[in-house]
Amino acid sequence: MPPDAIRLHEFPGGVHPPEHKSESSETPIAALPLPELLSLPLTARSGPTTPLVEVGETVRKGQLIAEGKGAISVHLHAPTSGTVEGIRELPLPHPSGLTGPCLLLRADGEETWEKLPPLDWRTEARQILLDRIQDAGIAGLGGASFPSHIKLAITAPVDTLIINAAECEPYITCDDRLMRERAAEIIEGTVIAKTVLGCERVILGIEDNKPAAIDAMREAIDTAEVTVEIAVVPTKYPSGGEKQLIQILTGQEVPSGKLPVDMGIVMQNVGTLYAIKRAIVDGEPLISRVVTVTGEAIDRPGNYEVLLGTPFSHLLEETGAGTYSQLIMGGPMMGFELEDPAMPVIKATNCLLAPAPGELPRQGVELPCIRCGACANVCPASLLPQQLYWFARAGEFDKAEEHRLMDCIECGACAYVCPSDIPLVHYYRYAKSEIRTRFLDRLKADHAKERFDARNQRLERLKQERKERHKKAQEARLKQARDKGELDEKKASIEAALKRVEAKKARQQDPASPAPGADKES
Amino acid sequence: MPLQSSPHTQDRMPVSRLMQWVLLATLPGALALFVFFGWGVLINLLLCAGFALAFEALILWLRDRPIKATLLDYSALVTAVLLGLSLPPLLPWWMTILGIGFAIVFAKHLFGGLGFNPFNPAMVGYVLLLISFPAQMTAWLPPQSLAANPASLWETLHFIFTGSGPAGETIEQIRAGLDGFTMATPLDHFKTNQGLGFRTEEILDSPVYGGLAGVGWQWVNLGFLAGGLLLAFKKIISWRISLAMLIGITVMAALLWGVDTDAFASPLLHLLSGATMLGAFFIATDPITAATTRKGRWIFGLGIGALTILIRTFGGYPDAVAFAVLLFNMAVPTIDYYTRPRVYGHQKSGHKKAGHKKFGEKS
Amino acid sequence: MGFVIAISALVALALVFGALLGYAAIRFKVHGDPVVDQIDAVLPQTQCGQCGYPGCRPYAEAIAKGDAINKCPPGGEAGIKALADLLGRKVVPLDEEREEKPARVAYIREPECIGCTKCIQACPVDAIVGAPKLMHTVITSECTGCDLCVEPCPVDCIDMLEIPVSQQTWKWPAPDGERLIPVRTITGADPDAA
Repeated sequence: MPPDAIRLHEFPGGVHPPEHKSESSETPIAALPLPELLSLPLTARSGPTTPLVEVGETVRKGQLIAEGKGAISVHLHAPTSGTVEGIRELPLPHPSGLTGPCLLLRADGEETWEKLPPLDWRTEARQILLDRIQDAGIAGLGGASFPSHIKLAITAPVDTLIINAAECEPYITCDDRLMRERAAEIIEGTVIAKTVLGCERVILGIEDNKPAAIDAMREAIDTAEVTVEIAVVPTKYPSGGEKQLIQILTGQEVPSGKLPVDMGIVMQNVGTLYAIKRAIVDGEPLISRVVTVTGEAIDRPGNYEVLLGTPFSHLLEETGAGTYSQLIMGGPMMGFELEDPAMPVIKATNCLLAPAPGELPRQGVELPCIRCGACANVCPASLLPQQLYWFARAGEFDKAEEHRLMDCIECGACAYVCPSDIPLVHYYRYAKSEIRTRFLDRLKADHAKERFDARNQRLERLKQERKERHKKAQEARLKQARDKGELDEKKASIEAALKRVEAKKARQQDPASPAPGADKES
Repeated sequence: MPLQSSPHTQDRMPVSRLMQWVLLATLPGALALFVFFGWGVLINLLLCAGFALAFEALILWLRDRPIKATLLDYSALVTAVLLGLSLPPLLPWWMTILGIGFAIVFAKHLFGGLGFNPFNPAMVGYVLLLISFPAQMTAWLPPQSLAANPASLWETLHFIFTGSGPAGETIEQIRAGLDGFTMATPLDHFKTNQGLGFRTEEILDSPVYGGLAGVGWQWVNLGFLAGGLLLAFKKIISWRISLAMLIGITVMAALLWGVDTDAFASPLLHLLSGATMLGAFFIATDPITAATTRKGRWIFGLGIGALTILIRTFGGYPDAVAFAVLLFNMAVPTIDYYTRPRVYGHQKSGHKKAGHKKFGEKS
Repeated sequence: MGFVIAISALVALALVFGALLGYAAIRFKVHGDPVVDQIDAVLPQTQCGQCGYPGCRPYAEAIAKGDAINKCPPGGEAGIKALADLLGRKVVPLDEEREEKPARVAYIREPECIGCTKCIQACPVDAIVGAPKLMHTVITSECTGCDLCVEPCPVDCIDMLEIPVSQQTWKWPAPDGERLIPVRTITGADPDAA
């Protein structure tokens, strides 16, 4: 037995929502029938991708179809073989429900693979492995979708890799199931990540409500003969939050505005580690993921291996969905509502929740805040949610910032317990996006001002230079004239001309007064 | 459907349920008051409750706000019950109505209604009455066991609505104790006699005292303590405020008592007299007007406790919970501001400006 | 006698406080006019001139001298609120003659451009590149959407395009909230009234 003596710490606050995990966690991960049409968004939270295929082109499974060009964007691969049917503006799975270009892929059912050559991570250079992770389009599967090749490519010294297997959101069991069934592969992915990072310590953080997964992981660790400290943490939402898990496992806090890597810590979700193993050892890019489909409206809840781009409606059909009150991507605490079941599964989709009407207690009509402080008691970041609410509501964003609004992790514990049914997280998200926008506007304004000032200076300089040139030219002429001795004569003639002009001007400006010499009208 | 943010689920005790628990928790204390001080307690409660709802409905109508939904949050009833429990049993009806009217209309709704009032409405109503009608507001009856002429229901009604008894008795006659002297509350009695130069021992000789503190009053306080513990146990009130206030009272009273046991009342007498327990568990803990931070709640409670003793001892009125609470209500924004907890990932607590960086600023 | 004492006491107090105020006025005198800088920092720097002044700074100076704070459409409601906070003035709605428009950028329909350089001269932030007789184009990232290039174009080939909202720029809308003050929308005055 490996030493389990890792000292756990506690984070403040937290809630214990009903777990609802057993509905989906007791059946093996199943595959779904191939959907006819896949829709692959070309823009993601991490940035746009450029399509590399033409409409009508036939692609093979795993073929690179769009390239991430931005600093933090990831590649996209064909999840199955088929024909590119077109690129269309379709609603994307995002709280905004905004549309974006999606590549439509009609499956041919052949599933002809185009794999990358397998790599031996024991011998390959670090950069080769990182390149492969990038080429395989791997992004964090825990929900944030941050490109893994960037997260792992850091050059700063890293001493600890934390495997996030807490999975604290109610209903979601995809990581649980993955660990029970594919522990060895997760551990292999872990060792690869550890090699790439060059770190000493690996800690597996897992909530104590997943005993089967803990056993499976322990066995895989023993078999693989690697040192991974297993930290079984008490079940409390949101222990799976990156900052909270770090606090539980190390007792340290990620300084505000910094990243875990600044403390020598990198955290990876189990799903991501599994995907890394597949990419390197099996040469398979990230084209599918395990998605929990659950909720009382679902007839056959469970975990499914789902191709990216599969419409949620396909998942609902195949799992026998009845009447649901809403569709949520993610869990009930941090997920968001899907407006349209036609939206596709993306890399960040860990769960599709279809609760039956009345299954989830819905927030009622918002009542006034009675400052009871229940929110402050459950806030894992030790914020004062009720104060933040007042400031957000009153539009006093400066004060909200001063009360550390930007350190809110939007876990939803506050709104979960609010006796007045105030949608607190909604207020914080609103205030945060206002603060962000204003900051960007300010940057833009400062930039515009700089350019405006620079332009004015340039115009002024040009004017001066022109003046200077004219003066010089005039002086040159004067000098020439003086040399010729024609100065006085010329001056007299100029003066006479000026006088004539002035007289003419006076006449024009005052048309009422008759021009000299004109006849008076009777 | 409008966009809704997560979370999509909740588990909370709604405001109306919180208020119902508070009402329920007043029962033991209210019952003790009824047993020792008779029908007047009940009539005050009914008057307050009825008019509180009426005033609330009226002003909601004037403000064009949902009437039924707001009445059903029970907050007006809580204010009514807290004020009703604080009033002397034979207070003329119109004073009671004035008090509750002021509490609901001025202290609550003119500030914006539930959640927006900086001062505890019941205590604002109480203090308005106390400083406007000090004689009537301190005219407590002797506990029934000590009263020469305990008032019947009919007599009580007569007094409250006409100002005199059915046979023309004055309120002083009803207030007379077995010894024929007008009886005051334990705190009032102590204050008066202390002012007359009596020693503590001599003062406590009065029939008003007996057992742990004052006759009747000790049971009233123990009743409110019981109800308050229930609320604290149910996490409906902040136990920190209650405990801090009781500590504040005990420490301040013990200090004075330690200086001169002859001149000052004992901590026990203070703890079980007057509005101590009602204040500690039902008034100071009103979340809307109390401090919200953990540290702030300690300061808030300790301050109220200490101030209560100081005003009781050196001020002009026998009891002081209402004044102490209102004064500290005023200090709440400041207390909250300076006791902000240290936020995750920050070195110092919020009020230290050093750590405050605007969004996007580089460190 | 009493009133003499009272009056002299008051006079003495007045003198003391007057002296104190006078001293403070000299000792804590604020040099320069930082308020103009502060106002300028709040203005959006589009330099669009919709306020009637040639640029943001002149408008900032005008505000410091007492001009209304509601003449800046690009700043919008948020800008007015920021100015009101800064100057301790009342928040007023945007001047009726001006309207708040969503963020836009200029776009030159390039095939129609005749290369007259008039828009280049009009652009306050040098966001248009081009040369005489050659096609011009807008550097989108530098354009403030001020409109000033539209008017001078002799062939009307400049469009102001709204910047589409992306997932990166999308904002969470304000929650409906619990309505404190009932709001009634009154559209226009009743013609039958009066």
